[in-house]
Parts: sequence; C-alpha cells; structure tokens
Amino acid sequence: MRYHTPTSFADAAAIAAGTTGTLRFLAGGTDVLVQMRAGMVQPDDLIDLKHIPGVDKIERTAEGGWRIGVAVPGIVLGGHAELVRDWPGVVEGMNLVGSTQVQGRATLAGNLCNGSPAADSVPGMVAAGAVATVTGPNGTREIPVENIPAGPGKTNLAKGEVISAITLPPRGKNGGDAYLRFIPRTEMDIAVVGCAVNLRLDGDKVVEARVALGAVAPTVLLSEACAKAIIGTTLDDAALAALAKAAEGEAKPISDKRGTKEFRIDVAGVLARRAAKIAYDRAKGTSK
Amino acid sequence: MSKIHVTTTVNGDPVEFLADPRETLLDALRNHLDLTGTKEGCGTGDCGACSVTVDGTLVCSCLMLAAEANGKRVETIEGMAKEELHPLQRKFIEHAALQCGFCTPGILVAAKALLERNPDPTDTEVRYWLAGNLCRCTGYDKIIRAVQDAAAEMRQEHRGAA
Amino acid sequence: MARDDVKTGYKYVGTRPNRPDGLDKVTGRARYGADFSLPGMLWAAVVRSPHAHARIVKIDASKALALEGVKAVVTRADLPTGLTGEDLNLQDNTLAGEKALYDGHAVAAVAATSQLLAQDAARLIEVTYEVLPHVTDVDAAMAPGAPVIRPGVADYSVPEGMHGNVARYMEFGHGDVEAGFAAADLVREHTYKTEATHQGYIEPHAAVGQLGEDGRGEMWVCTQGHWYIRRMSAAVLGIEAANLRVTPSEIGGGFGGKTTIFMEPLTLALSKKAGGRPVKLVMSRSEVLRATGPTASASMDVKIGMKKDGTITAGQVFFRMQGGAFPGMSPIGEALPCAFACYDIPALKHEAVEVIANRPKAAAYRAPGSPMAAFAVESMVDELCRELGLDPIEVRLKNGAKNGSKSSYGPVYNVIGLQETLEAAKAHPNYAIPLGPNQGRGVASGFWFNHGGETSVSLAVGEDGTATVMIGTPDIGGSRASIGLMVAETLGIPYEDVRVNVVETGALGVNEPTHGSRATFASGKAAVEAANQAIKEMCKRAAAEWEIDAEAVEWKDGAAHPAGPNAGKFPPMTIGEIGSKMGGSGGPISGHHEVTAGGYGASFGTHVVDVEVDPETGRTTVLRYLVVQDAGTAIHPAYVEGQYQGGAAQGIGWALNEEYVYGPDGRLQNPVFLDYRIPVASDLPMIDTVIVEVPNPGHPYGVRGVGETGITPPLPAIASAIAGATGARIRSLPCSPPKVLAAIKALKG
Repeated sequence: MRYHTPTSFADAAAIAAGTTGTLRFLAGGTDVLVQMRAGMVQPDDLIDLKHIPGVDKIERTAEGGWRIGVAVPGIVLGGHAELVRDWPGVVEGMNLVGSTQVQGRATLAGNLCNGSPAADSVPGMVAAGAVATVTGPNGTREIPVENIPAGPGKTNLAKGEVISAITLPPRGKNGGDAYLRFIPRTEMDIAVVGCAVNLRLDGDKVVEARVALGAVAPTVLLSEACAKAIIGTTLDDAALAALAKAAEGEAKPISDKRGTKEFRIDVAGVLARRAAKIAYDRAKGTSK
Repeated sequence: MSKIHVTTTVNGDPVEFLADPRETLLDALRNHLDLTGTKEGCGTGDCGACSVTVDGTLVCSCLMLAAEANGKRVETIEGMAKEELHPLQRKFIEHAALQCGFCTPGILVAAKALLERNPDPTDTEVRYWLAGNLCRCTGYDKIIRAVQDAAAEMRQEHRGAA
Repeated sequence: MARDDVKTGYKYVGTRPNRPDGLDKVTGRARYGADFSLPGMLWAAVVRSPHAHARIVKIDASKALALEGVKAVVTRADLPTGLTGEDLNLQDNTLAGEKALYDGHAVAAVAATSQLLAQDAARLIEVTYEVLPHVTDVDAAMAPGAPVIRPGVADYSVPEGMHGNVARYMEFGHGDVEAGFAAADLVREHTYKTEATHQGYIEPHAAVGQLGEDGRGEMWVCTQGHWYIRRMSAAVLGIEAANLRVTPSEIGGGFGGKTTIFMEPLTLALSKKAGGRPVKLVMSRSEVLRATGPTASASMDVKIGMKKDGTITAGQVFFRMQGGAFPGMSPIGEALPCAFACYDIPALKHEAVEVIANRPKAAAYRAPGSPMAAFAVESMVDELCRELGLDPIEVRLKNGAKNGSKSSYGPVYNVIGLQETLEAAKAHPNYAIPLGPNQGRGVASGFWFNHGGETSVSLAVGEDGTATVMIGTPDIGGSRASIGLMVAETLGIPYEDVRVNVVETGALGVNEPTHGSRATFASGKAAVEAANQAIKEMCKRAAAEWEIDAEAVEWKDGAAHPAGPNAGKFPPMTIGEIGSKMGGSGGPISGHHEVTAGGYGASFGTHVVDVEVDPETGRTTVLRYLVVQDAGTAIHPAYVEGQYQGGAAQGIGWALNEEYVYGPDGRLQNPVFLDYRIPVASDLPMIDTVIVEVPNPGHPYGVRGVGETGITPPLPAIASAIAGATGARIRSLPCSPPKVLAAIKALKG
C-alpha cells in the first residue's frame, strides 16, 4: 500500500486520477481502517487529506453559512458553539457517530463518502440543504449532499474526484433542525432508522421543511411527501399523524440483522414525528 | 513494501520507528515501542481498549495509522502515573473498579480525558463519555463510582491549590 | 443473616483491601496473553472456512510459502491421527479434517516474520471447498429433511427414531406429573427459545508457543486453566503433556470461554515446523466471535401446574440445545438439573436432547445451561403468577427449596440461602417503589451448583515473616485478594504480608481451571489447609526452641504461644522470628495441600428489575436492578458485589440485545462488537446488591462460589418486567425492540 500526503486538493485529485488499483481517501479513517482490518478492502493507494491546509477549519461563508473542512472531527463540530446554535440537528447527527474516541477522528465528509444509508450525519446534512464541494482532475463542482451517495458503499463521485469541503447554508430566521435515530442500545450502534427534519416558521406555521430519512432505502432519502405533510401546518396532531404516515409510506427498507422491514417502517413514522417536534420547538426558540 | 519513518512523541519521550504503511498506531505502540499497556479488544473502534490521546484528543489507536502519528504528541496509559498514581488509577484500585483489568487502561485514559474537559460530570455524562469503552466484567457500577470519586478528589485538590 | 453457630468477627475476612495486582493493572504493566514476546518470535495467522459446511477438497499453500519471510504452514495433515473421543473433537476443532463444520472453522495456519506478513500469507493459501447443505438453528436441525451433519454422532443414550443430528438424550424426574397437573387450578404449556450468546471477554485469545524437535515445549497463554491447556494441546499434537510447560498470563476475562483450547496448539505445531522458533497467535475479535465457544442456543418446552394459592403441583420440561458441530458441548447436563433447582415440587419430569448444528464448538459460559433453563421455567412461573394474581416472591417463598429439601435433581440440600435471598428482596426498598406508565417489574431466582475440583496449593514462609502462596487458578477477578485474606486470617498476619502468585504447570500438581465458581472456594480452602500445615510446623519449631511438646504450642495472632500455664512461660514467637531462624531450626517451612475439593455449597440468588418500554419503538430501558445472592461468607465483599453486578450485566445483555445472527448462507452476520451488542456504560443503571451470608459448612470460612448464579435470573426477570410494562410476553430471547414492538402491536390487534 502506498500512503500519500498531498498538500492540496488538486494534488490529491491528480494522485487519485493516476491510480490503477484500489484507492481510498483518508480523512478521519474510522471507516477505512475498519475495512482494512476486516480484510474487506486492501487499498493499493491511500491518500491522507489531513496535510492539506484548511481541512481542519470551520469558517463562516460570505452568505452567512458554514464551510466545514473535510478533516474536522465530530468532537470539534460539537464544541463549536455558533455552529451548534445554527444547525443543532446536523451536529447532533454527527455526534451520534460512534464513541467519544471515534468522535475524535470521524468527519462529516467521511461519513458521507462511506456511502452507508444508515450514516448518522447524512440525514441532517440533507435536510439542511448542505452542499459538497468536489475537486477533480477537471476542477471543482458543487453537489447537493443528497446526490453524493449512490447506494450502500457507493458514491456518485467520478474517478479522481474528492470532496474538498461541506457547506451548510445560512440558517436564517425562525428555523430549526433536529435528527433522531433509533438504535437498540443507547450508544455504539448503527442506526436502524434515522430521521432529520429542518423547518422554518412564520409565526406558528411551518413555511419551509425538508425531511430526510436514513436506513430505510439504499441511500438517505429526501422526502417531499414528508415535507408536504407539515408545510402550512402548525405541526398539530393531525399534521404529525400525516407526517408519520408519509414517512411510513416513503420508507422502503429491508429486513436485516439490525431490524425488520416492518419495524423500520413503523419507527420511521415515530422518529419523523418526534424529530419534527424538536425542530419546531427549536425554531420557536422554546427549546435548545 | 517500503516502510515509513515515523517521528513522534510518546508520553513526552521522542521516539522514532519504521512502520509498514498499513500498521496502526496501536500496532506501533505495542510491537515497535513495547508499550503493551494499550490493548486490542476489537480492532474496529468498538471497544475502546486501545484508547490513547493524540495531541490531547481521545482516539482509538486502532483507528489511526502509525504514519499519521508523525509529529504528534501521543499519551498512553504508561504515561498516566507521574511520581504518584493519578487519582483515577488509585480510585480504580480502591473501588474494585476492575476485575480482569483488560479494559482498564483504555477506560482510565478515556476517563482522564473526560475530567480534563469536565471536572464535575453527572453519572449520565460519565456513562455516555465511556460508552465506547466496553467492560464485560463489572457491569460498570464500580467504574462510575471510581470516576466520580476521583473527580471529587481532583476538584478538592484543585480548590486547595487555588 | 449470619447464623449463631458460625464463627464471625474476622480480622481480615470480610474487609475490602486493595488487590495485590491492582497497581500493575492500572498502569498498563500487567501482561496479558498478547503482551508476551520472545526473541526470534514469528507471528501466525489462521485460514478459516467461509462456509458453514463444506468438504475440503484441496489446500494449496504454495503461493504463501513462496513469500519471503513465511516460515511454516500447517494443515490437518500435519497433526497425528488416531485420536478418539473428546481429544478428536478438540483436534477436529483446532484444524478441520475432511470437512469444515462451521463458518470460521480453522483450515490452515501460517507463521511468518510479522503479523501483517502472516495475514498476507493466509490470504494466499488457496482452499478448494465442496459446499454441503448446512443447518444452524436448533429446531431446524431436528426437522425432517435437515442435513445430517455428522452421521453416527448419536451416543448410547439416544432412543431409536430420533433425528440423525441428535447426539445425546437424557431424562430424569420424580413423582407423578400427570396427577400433579390434574391437581392444579391452572396448567400452562409454552415453548421458550434463547439464542446463542458469547462470553464477550474483551481480551481475544492469545498465545505464544515454542516446540522443539525433541518434543519439549513451552506456552504462554491467556487461559482460565493452564493444566487443561497443557493436556488438551498435548493430546491434539500427540506429545507428552509433561514435556509442555504452560504459563498463564494475566487473563482479560473468560467467563468459561477460556477453559478449553481453540487455536493454542497451532502455535506449537507452527513452531516445530519453523525450527523451534516461538510463534505468537492473537485472534481478532471476529475470529473470537466466529470460532470460539459461544453458548448453546436452546428451544425449550415447559409445562407447569399451579393451584390458586400459588402451590406448584408439577412441572415438566423438554429442552433441545445445540452446542455447535461437536457432541458433548451443549449444557443439557447442567440445564436440566438447574431447571427446577430453586423449587421443591412433588412431581417433575425432565427430558433433553443435544442437537448438532453447523455452529462453532460451544464452551462454558457462566453457569452453563442455567440461564436458558431459568428463562423457560422462571418465565412460566411468572406467567402463572400474573394470571392468578399472585406475588412472585410469595410464590417462590412458598415453593422454594429450603435446608434439607431434596433437590429437583436428586441430592438433598444441606444449608442453602434461597429463602433468605427472597426475604431480602421482598424487604428491599426497590420492591416497593411505585411503577409509572409503561413500566414493569420482574422477579426471578437463580441457581448454580458451584464446584470444588482438583486443587493443589503451596505456601512458603519467608525469612521476613511473610507468606508466599502459590496457586494454580488464574486470577480472573480478584481471587488473589480473597485467597490472601483467608491466608492472612489463618496465619494471623497482615494481608499485606501475604503474596499470592498464580504459578505455571511445572510448579504445582494439577489444578482445574478457574471455573465453576471454584477459585476462591477451592484454592482458598487448599490455601487455608496449606497455611495450617505451615502453622503446625512453626509450632513444632517453637516447641523445639522452648523444649516443650509441640502439642503444648498454639498459634494465634501470627505467633506461636505456649498453650496454657502448664506449657511454660515463654514470650510469643512470631512468624518473623521463626522464619528468620528456620534455616538453622530444620530448614525452610512450607505448607502444601492437594485435594479434590468437596463441600462446595450451592449459591442461590433472587433478582428484581424494573424496566420501561417505549410503546412506539419496543425499546426497553432498565430503570433499576437489584441482585440478592447468598455468598456463604463474603471474603472480599467488593469483589463479591462485582461478581453480582457483572453477572447481572451479562444477563441483561442476553435478555435484551445479544444474539448470534446467522444468515441463510450459514455465515455469522454479526462477528464484531458493533453488531454483537453487549451492554455499554450508558445502557445500565447502578446495580444494587445485597450480599446474603448463609455460611457454607463445607468451607473453613463458609465460602460459596459467587461467580455464576448472577447471570441466571436476568433473562426471565427482564422478560417478566417487559410483560408487566406492556402486557406482552416475549418467549424468545433476545427481547429486541423489533420483537417487543411486534408483540405490543399484536396485543392491540
């Protein structure tokens, strides 16, 4: 295995484009090293992105959003008070990934590129409308986060392309987001179902909403039906029931070692309801 | 297969070694530096027995390549006791917070990192911070008590020193 | 709870001093299995079958052996033939013969100059398999049409006409169960299932082995019992056990799973082929889960009759248990006697079969067989209590075994503490806490026989008046401390003056492993006898010095004293004085004791658990947990509590989330801690304990083993608490959220 430490994304992309064998990028490493240990992947080339200047930074964008470097670990996201104030749902999703130790290494970009439909940070990013900046041999492009995963373990990135930053839009006024997942234990499990809700209020009424579901399809789903169920409502019981029904309808899960299809469908509805309430309270400013 | 020359600091000591690029920091600590106090329980970041700090951040040394430690400061269980045991170490013995003791180094390193961030955690905060440190012997009860007792003592000492 | 006729008021026994190995274990200095290294050492890796059942057509290691730095490959062809019985089973499990019998079964092993190189080489060993039909579920393995995995496996006990995968049958009972059921007001009959679970020790198996051309070798290994490792390894390799010296490392948990061999002989076989260079082999976590002994999975029919007043009139069980692809490994022989061990019931019928399936060779796991049996019987008792509106503790007090009861499996109980644990549980504040919505309370009792076993202990008096104790039972959770306390008490010297060392196979006679809850009981009992022998000698030395009869000297408070005014007036002679002069007074003073220890008393426990169930997701939270158990005498109460808490935590894991999940392809789907879900710190509450002390008359300090009983009650107690919280009875473990939610939804119709 060749271990590369480029100092620019252009160099990283060039190295990647020139490889012929199995290639992996290394950000936090909490997935890649596990796969190597399990013998699932034996990379011929491993490109460590952490020597690229700026990858460990969280910066305000000119528009008032946030640009997050690809090597910012969960524990740094969780410790960034302003970011947490703007996007608590995104941060709590990331902070649910693995243990305290894993939080010391794991990153948003890595969690996204691992391509797991159960990735805890992805529904929050999708609901927030996050955008990935992708650098490739032919330059840089911006891709909505929901368009990065292609299926379990697969992404839509082309050969030589690498995510160079994640950008969250400006929070704006009267908005709130939340992420909930279901796991059988209290920690250390992969989400059996996950749901993120991001909404904006006008008075008591929901005027914008994005709802993302995790672990109920080959990729994280951005559900228009769920958003429709609550837009225009005050998130009363009828709206919550409609949201739950929509989430159950959108969920197309499989049965596996972590949960049954029926269970995932039921719990998708439950989590959508619960996450929407938290996001609503956050938008109202009645809870954190 | 060419090896990588790694220069790093472990428990304050400068060290150098040659690592296969696939070797983890855990492999290097145990097999190149003879620091076997850091344990491998799973190799997949699920058990925390390999916990160390790197530049002050708590990590699983099994989830980091040895090459990534170049130029970093690594702290392991072997560096925890100075002239005397760290209060956590002493309280773990006094509270019988270990049975087989295999998870103990990782838990001590993780608990120390917690108390440096949060000197007065609730039981729930201790439990969630340590959720990635599996213990199969104790049921965690005495571990939580030992951490809290050490935290109380450290707060007392801190007040005394202030 | 202490009885009047038992000695109390000890000076050291019952205190909570620091354990002697504590310092090494909090500083990282303690050396566990993987921490040993030797000059010139090679590393090994194992090639494992990816198939649940397959004929091994060909093994081609040429590519691996062509790698620079690869020193040896072993396959079954390198092992001797002609073994029989359990030795053959052990050999078959160490390296597959004609067939791989489960996913993860070892097929070949390779030694090379580094761990990564050994792993690379293992990937280059090409094995050609002919995949065969498989079966992994215990009931499916007995179904008509299930593939017969090992034809001819049935022993003499199996009645004609049973399925070809049945290896063993047993039955016993007493009384007229049909009359008993007829006399009951309520008779219920259900089938309960438990999935296999793993001991889940955090330390993977590890060994360094060295074997020369002359057939002499050494091994450093993490094990619960190094004499067992020696005997088994020698048998598998066809060498003399006496030529093998085995040194135990510190052990990172075992719970029964490190009482046998899995890969240890491979280090020796590889070493011999590599010219005698030492070979280290450390299992990965997935190897541990795939290929070391989990417990059996079980399917159990239970029928119990109860009167309206709570009197149990009769009970009947039929257990089916699979312990993997090897006969003799399922704990039917323990599960059946444990089933009704907590009760005194006039009519009982027990039957069980052992079934072979394409799973790893099971090993002991904390009270092997008892948790499954308790899940079935205690759940059923709880169902009857709820249906009849009876208090579960009162029903157990009414029907529970007492001193002098004839046990359900034959012997008469001497002095036991079940009733005391029930009374203490009833009186505990936890039992009176009001429950909120979606909350439920479960109660269950549990039993373990305990064990004595072959034990050999030596004690040497030091010139400085200290005592060094050599024991052969690895210290898995504080037994050096408890044995040290008993020796200190016996010799009358400070605990700090007693050193307890776990020594290698060359230093003592045969010791059984630390298993069966025997270490503190049996090594402790032998250590006390060894101390008494040394005391006798020290009294003799004092008598010689004083020129009086040895019978006229008595030992107290760490010194020889003249026994009364007639013996003469001499100042006490301390162990330090005697020790400092022993070279001139007749030579070194030591004590030694060897015994197959009897007199172990059973330990009973009663647990009370409160849970809350999320009715929308089926997720169970343990709110509070109480363990009450009889310790006989708690030598070091902190480590007794630790055993109670640890057993409860493992039982909670078994009840809620732990299970072996096999896919349709017969492969284990969750061989990592990510998906084999043992409880994490945030899953559990503090675990309250009450140590009941009904001293065991079979031990000088009244000790009963305490290690195992605690894993038994949580399985039924949690299922019963969930039933209380939801109305839904889960009869198949684990009570995982999908199962609980489905049961809640089924109730709502």
